[in-house]
Amino acid sequence: MSKFSKKRGNTSPGISTASLPDIVFMLLFFFMVVTVMKNADMMVEVSVPEASELKKIKDKSLATYYYIGKPLPQFQEQWGTKPRLQLDDKFAELEDIPMFVQRKKDSVIEEKKDQLVASLRIDGEVTMGFVTDVKTELRKAGQLKVNYAGRERAKDLE
Amino acid sequence: MSTEINAGSMADIAFLLLIFFLVTTTINPEKGIRTKLPPWSEEEVDPTQLNTRNVYSVLVNYQNELLVRGEPMRAADLRENAREFILNPQARPDLAESPTKAIISLKNDRGTEYGTYLMVYNELKGAYNEIWEEMSQRDYQSSYDDLPISSKKKIQDTVPMVISEAEPTDVTGQGN
Repeated sequence: MSKFSKKRGNTSPGISTASLPDIVFMLLFFFMVVTVMKNADMMVEVSVPEASELKKIKDKSLATYYYIGKPLPQFQEQWGTKPRLQLDDKFAELEDIPMFVQRKKDSVIEEKKDQLVASLRIDGEVTMGFVTDVKTELRKAGQLKVNYAGRERAKDLE
Repeated sequence: MSTEINAGSMADIAFLLLIFFLVTTTINPEKGIRTKLPPWSEEEVDPTQLNTRNVYSVLVNYQNELLVRGEPMRAADLRENAREFILNPQARPDLAESPTKAIISLKNDRGTEYGTYLMVYNELKGAYNEIWEEMSQRDYQSSYDDLPISSKKKIQDTVPMVISEAEPTDVTGQGN
């Protein structure tokens, strides 16, 4: 008893909160650095297929996104239900791809121009005809590095 | 009178910002299958001119069915079958002469679903990944992903990945 009771009589010193801002700022900077702002408002429905040989995109700042899927219900009246391509915040036609590739290339420094990766976020139910047309446009525009977005496969193929 | 600025509210401000960034952060990493498209050229390379034993043709029709070297196949068997074709451990005369000569030719229809296409592509890539991983374990006793680029290149020169994609067919004539 005597060993521990000594301190009990003293008034509690209280935890100093002086370092709290420092701690919070540290967390803040961490999140500021790792944050990637949501790149676009989705206008098409994309549920990427499952796959097992996935690799992370190393440098997200070099990724450009191509969304292909059925327009969301609120856009279907104007754009129909056929799969469409979305670039940035707009529906786009195949002819817009070369301009888009060029614009993305202009936005990075010279040495990184070839390292741009086209991340194709394509819905699993889109047919290959349209996908092939997009790929052909990318090849023509010289955007050869491509990443087929997928999600981790839950169970093996049967 | 004290002239110091009261720093008491600093924590509140920082918290506010912190919560903002917490909410906007997407932690889930972007993952995908990496590939390199061939440069655009007007003329199609026709793999059928090559020695047929070295060509592993995979056809996917508009009903998402697989035809591998003329035989229907389930997607689950594709990886194992492709591996056997590339390595040809029993030196069978109908499989690839050597891994460097093996060519995988992938052809689909305009009506094939992208999900099926990616599944097939994933299996073919997986076959090569498995071979590379095995070689890496055998020669370097380490995982392929951890190898330096020079060693990776060496492995890829021994078993190069050649997946050639042909123009899709258009059986239904409306596959868009």
